[in-house]
Amino acid sequence: MADEIKIATRESYGKTITELGREHDDIIVLDADLAEATKTAVFKKEFPERHIDCGIAEANMMGIAAGLATAGMSPFASTFAMFASGRAFEQIRNSIGYPHLNVKICASHAGITVGEDGATHQCNEDIALMRTIPGMLVVNPSDDIEAKAATRALYDYKGPAYMRLGRFAVPVINTNDDYRFELGKGIKLREGKDLTIIATGLEVSQSLIAADILKENGIDAAVINIHTIKPLDKEIVINAAKDTGRIVTVEEHSVIGGLGSAVSDVICENCPVPVHKIGMQDRYGESGPAAALLEKFGLDGKGIAKNILEWM
Amino acid sequence: MTTKELQKIANEVRKDILTETHAAKSGHPGGSLSAAEIFTYLYFEEMNIDPANPEDPDRDRFVLSKGHTAPGLYGVLAEKGYFPKEALVTLRHIGSFLQGHPAMQDTPGVDMSSGSLGQGLSAACGMAMAAIFQNRSYRTYCLLGDGEIQEGQVWEAAMFAGARKLDNLVAIVDNNDLQIDGRIGDVCSPYPIAAKFDAFGFYTIEVKDGNDFDQLRSAFEEARKLKGKPTAIICKTVKGKGVSFMEDQAGWHGKAPNDEQYAQAMAELERAVD
Repeated sequence: MADEIKIATRESYGKTITELGREHDDIIVLDADLAEATKTAVFKKEFPERHIDCGIAEANMMGIAAGLATAGMSPFASTFAMFASGRAFEQIRNSIGYPHLNVKICASHAGITVGEDGATHQCNEDIALMRTIPGMLVVNPSDDIEAKAATRALYDYKGPAYMRLGRFAVPVINTNDDYRFELGKGIKLREGKDLTIIATGLEVSQSLIAADILKENGIDAAVINIHTIKPLDKEIVINAAKDTGRIVTVEEHSVIGGLGSAVSDVICENCPVPVHKIGMQDRYGESGPAAALLEKFGLDGKGIAKNILEWM
Repeated sequence: MTTKELQKIANEVRKDILTETHAAKSGHPGGSLSAAEIFTYLYFEEMNIDPANPEDPDRDRFVLSKGHTAPGLYGVLAEKGYFPKEALVTLRHIGSFLQGHPAMQDTPGVDMSSGSLGQGLSAACGMAMAAIFQNRSYRTYCLLGDGEIQEGQVWEAAMFAGARKLDNLVAIVDNNDLQIDGRIGDVCSPYPIAAKFDAFGFYTIEVKDGNDFDQLRSAFEEARKLKGKPTAIICKTVKGKGVSFMEDQAGWHGKAPNDEQYAQAMAELERAVD
């Protein structure tokens, strides 16, 4: 994997929303002074008249997006995950979610891999916040290919949706010819009989590394990619629990309210088996290079493998 | 429409407000009554709307940012024919399409869900922008409370509207001077209101008596002529207007009349028509 191509999912989003802009003139992209960082600057350059920079005012941006959607436009609002899901939570809930408006919130710089900016900007709570909103779709792509496919799928989907994007360049893993993205459908990447690792976002590629290490230690781990956290693919989760009897969830997010919680809900209700949640353990991140932070918090392939070996 | 005719409709809207909140045993009569003339003027004189075609993409838009005064909006929508008046007594009841705060998914004629204060002007900005993108000539009106403008998001939206020179947008402030905790000037003063909107890039029109149709007419007619900037119309009104014991009383912000109070209020309004 060392020589693999790495691309940040925010880059994939910026490119694809620009392509979509050429195909659909109802797309409006909104930013809050972060177009360079969210990568929508690509769209802004090509379609300045369809890009709205709201300035540093995320709450207002969500309301403007809602108003545009009432009139049949397809707004994509972008900022950092912290300011979208945190600062503007109530605007998203009441002005977008409650009226079920067709607004796409595409939030970059999620999780600890924001890196050096530190805890104030490292949002480990966005999945939890967004999945509590009734009718909100929550998507967290694992790589460039998936982020591109997800952006297209989100345009076709009519309703409120949140997509989590990263700043950190991550390995491109979905290179197989039969790769197919479908909202709400998990993807089994690797078969295994001893346990199933269910991962999301950049932790999918890290979990594949972890599975290799586990293999060397005599443990045969299946790996599932959950790109759509809500609605969750219950069938793939239940089957994994039945097939392997043990589940490990991995996310670059708090273990409270995220993928681990969503998977646990399904497993508790349908076929209780042990679930071990790997993620941020109810704590803030800190400054440092993204890769070093993943290592420090045990969210890189080696850390995940070590954690699982200790648990088993 | 003549002033006399508008006054009669506003009086009906007032009765609707009392009937709704009395039947609901809760709700917000004070700020609904203060805006009865504003609601009536917008729906019967100012806005290009058709109750038979509530989804017309070219219709003018209305956002009730002070969403708790839904009884006033529902009253005027019923008077205009968006739904039968008989439905008004279902306000806030289980299963009703008349929710405690406006819900666009539920109620014909409601252009935007609202109720959490401070959010409506942002949505109105989005509607005004959509008119530009779609090359439509509709106008967007947003009614705000004077206490509501303590919310910071209102000023984010005002800054945006001013910066974008949204001259198809009209913000209306129902300046009844009262909020739940008392006089707005005592709680956390938003005054001077017109000067603030002016500083954010709006034309401002101050209406000395926002319960007077002639003054409202002159303000809205002037606003139509103003180009190059959004307009804010600040209307001095009386909270609880039209019901003697509710007038200028903060206590009637969010309290429904009991049977006796309802009978007295309706009798007062019956007498007010001629």
